[in-house]
Amino acid sequence: MSETVKESKHLATEDFLVNMGPQHPSTHGVLYLELQIDGEVVVDCTVHLGYLHRSMEKIAESRTYTQFIPFTDRLDYIASMNNNLAYVLAVEKLLNMEVPERAKYIRIIIAELGRIGSHLLGIGTFAQDLGAFATPLFYGFRDREQIVEIFDELCGNRLTYNYMRIGGVQFDLTKELVDKTRKFVQYMRHKVDDYEWLLSGNAIFLARTKGIGVMPKEQAISYAVTGPNLRGSGVKWDLRKDEPYLGYEKFQFDVCTRENGDSWDRYKVRLDEIRQSLRIIEQAVDGLPEGDPTVKVGRVIKPAVGEAYMRAESPRGELGFYIVSDGSTNPYRLKIRSPSFSNLAVLPELVRGLKVADLVCILGSLDIIMGEIDR
Amino acid sequence: MVTLLDVIIRVLVGIAVLGFLAGSAMFLIWLERKVSAHIQNRYGPMRVGWHGVLQAVADAVKLLLKENIVPREADKLVWWLAPFFAVVPSVMAFAVVPFGKHIIVQDLNIGILYITAVTSICVLSVFMAGWGSNNKYAMLSAMRSAAQIISYEIPLTIAVVTVLMFANTLSMQGIVASQAHRWFIFHPSLALAFLIYMISATAEVNRTPFDISEAESELVAGFHTEYSGMKFAMFFIGEYTNVFIVSAIATTLFLGGWQGPLLPSPIWFLAKTYTLVFVLMWVRWTFPRVRIDQLMGFAWKVLTPIALANLAIAGLLLLK
Repeated sequence: MSETVKESKHLATEDFLVNMGPQHPSTHGVLYLELQIDGEVVVDCTVHLGYLHRSMEKIAESRTYTQFIPFTDRLDYIASMNNNLAYVLAVEKLLNMEVPERAKYIRIIIAELGRIGSHLLGIGTFAQDLGAFATPLFYGFRDREQIVEIFDELCGNRLTYNYMRIGGVQFDLTKELVDKTRKFVQYMRHKVDDYEWLLSGNAIFLARTKGIGVMPKEQAISYAVTGPNLRGSGVKWDLRKDEPYLGYEKFQFDVCTRENGDSWDRYKVRLDEIRQSLRIIEQAVDGLPEGDPTVKVGRVIKPAVGEAYMRAESPRGELGFYIVSDGSTNPYRLKIRSPSFSNLAVLPELVRGLKVADLVCILGSLDIIMGEIDR
Repeated sequence: MVTLLDVIIRVLVGIAVLGFLAGSAMFLIWLERKVSAHIQNRYGPMRVGWHGVLQAVADAVKLLLKENIVPREADKLVWWLAPFFAVVPSVMAFAVVPFGKHIIVQDLNIGILYITAVTSICVLSVFMAGWGSNNKYAMLSAMRSAAQIISYEIPLTIAVVTVLMFANTLSMQGIVASQAHRWFIFHPSLALAFLIYMISATAEVNRTPFDISEAESELVAGFHTEYSGMKFAMFFIGEYTNVFIVSAIATTLFLGGWQGPLLPSPIWFLAKTYTLVFVLMWVRWTFPRVRIDQLMGFAWKVLTPIALANLAIAGLLLLK
C-alpha cells in the first residue's frame, strides 16, 4: 500500500487507497480498479485485468474452425450474435468464400437486432450507475426481451446463440419471424422516445453526464478507441460505412456522431444508433431475397496456408479476428482484437481529477464487457 | 394534576404507537418493494401471503437467524451502538406525532423543536457505523452523509420556522389547530416552504436523488456494508421509520394534520402521510443520483438562500 502524505500549511492529509472490485456492483463484471483518492477526488486509477481470463485464443488452436463458433458467444455475451458474425466473416475471408445474398441479409438483420439489444442494456446499466435505481435497466431488459424472443425462436437460445455458420446461418429466417421483426421495429420506435423522456430531459441526468469524462478526438484515436465511444468524440468512423462488409453499402443509414466526447455524447450516440439500426432492419426485412441461406462447405474445413484479418462493427466498436492457417483443420493462431479492451485502456486518462461518482459514470458510459476484455 | 388514569391511557397509547411503528416499518418495506416493482414492470414479492404482504415477516425471520459478523479490527463499542442510534431517535420522535384528535403520546409544548432535535441524532448512527466498520467504503459514506445531513438540516429547519411564525406555537396539536380554516400548504409563502421541506427531507432520510451515503454503484452499500443480520435490519427499520416521520411532520405542518371531513381523524392523518410516502418512493425509483459536490452546492447555494428569503417574505406578510 503506497500512501503519500501531503503537507499543507494547515492540515496534513493522506491519500486513500481503495480497491474497487473485483467484486463491486458497478464494475460490469470482474474488473479491479486500484483507486488512489484524496477525499472524493480520484488522484490515480490503475486498471487490473485478468479475472475472467479463459485463454480463448489458445483454446482456438485445439478446436476446428466450426467448433470455435460457440466460444465466440462467450466473448461479448451481451451481443453474442455480433461476435459470431465477426468470427465467421474472418473464416470466410480466409476461405475466400462468398455467401448467398439471403444469408447476408439475415446476418444484417440479426446483427442490427443484436446491436439494439446491446445498446439498450448499455444505456440501462449506465443510468443504473448514475443511481437511477434499476428502473431504466428494467426498461432496457423489457425491450431487449423482445429481441431475445426473436433469437430464441430463430435458434433456440437466449444468450449464447451459436447461430452463424461458416458459409451462412444455422436456420432460415421464417415468415413469422420476419413479421415479428417488423412489429418489433414499430414497437421500438416508440420506446426509444420513452428513453428520451425518462433520461434525456432529466436535469439531474444532464448535470451528471454533460462535460464529464471528456475524451478529445486525438486522445480517442491514440488509444484506438472505437465504436460509439469514438463517434461520441466526433470521429466519423463506422466500419459499416468505411469498410463495408455483407453489403452494408446498399443500405441507407447515418453514422451518428457528437462533438464533445463527454459521457452525455456517448450515451446520446447509442440512443441515436438504435434509431439507425431500426432503419437498417426495416430496409433489410423489406428487401430480403429468397433462396437458401447457406452454402455447403463440407464437414471438414481446411483453409489453405495463409492468414486473414477481418474486422466488423460490433456494438462496442471494432471487433477483429486474425486467423493464421497452417492448412490443417484447426487455426494455427487466432488473435482477437476486442473493442472493450482499447476502450477501457483510456479510462485512467479520463478520470484523473474527477470525483469517485464521475468515475462510475465514465465507466458506465464506456459500456465495457469484461468477457471480451479478458477473453 | 396527573391522575393514575391519565398515566395508564398514555402508556397504552405509547404501546399502541410502538406497535404501529413496527407494523408501519414492515408495511413500508413491502410497499416500497411493490411500488418499485410496478414502476419497473415487475410484480415484486408475490409468494408469501396475499401479493407478498408477509414478505417483510419472512425477511425479518431470516435476518434474525443470520450470523452476526463483526469485522476484524472494528471499533467494537461504536460498531455495536450504531444500529441502536439509527432506530431509537426515530422511535422517540413518534412521541409527539399527532395521529388523531386525541391520539398523541405526549403533546409537548415544544413538540416540533423536540422532533428536530431528536431526529438530528440519526446522523450519529451513520457516522458511527462508518467509523466502526473499519471499511473504506463505509468510511467514505459516513463522511459524505455527515456533510449531507448537517447541510440539509438548515433549509429544513428554516422551512419549519416559517410555519411556526404563522402557527404561533411549537406544540404539534397547536399547529394542527391553527390550520383549522386553511391548510398551510395553500398559503403562497408556505407552499414554497413545503417544497423546501420535502426536498430537504428527502436528503435527510438519504433517499434518491440524494442517496449518496449508500450509493450502491459507488460505495457498494455505504455505511452498512459490513452489517449483517438483525443489525442490518435495524438500519433498514430506522430508514423506513424516518421516511414515515418526515412525511408525518409534513402532514402536520402543511397539510392540516389529522383534520378532514367525514372520516375519523386517524384515517385522514394516515392517508395524507402515506400519500407523501408514496411520492418519496415515486421519486426514488425515477431519478438518478446527484453528485456529492452538486448536492452540497444545491443545499448551500440554492436551497438555503431561497429558504431564508422565504422566511423574510413570510415575516413581511405577517407584519401588515
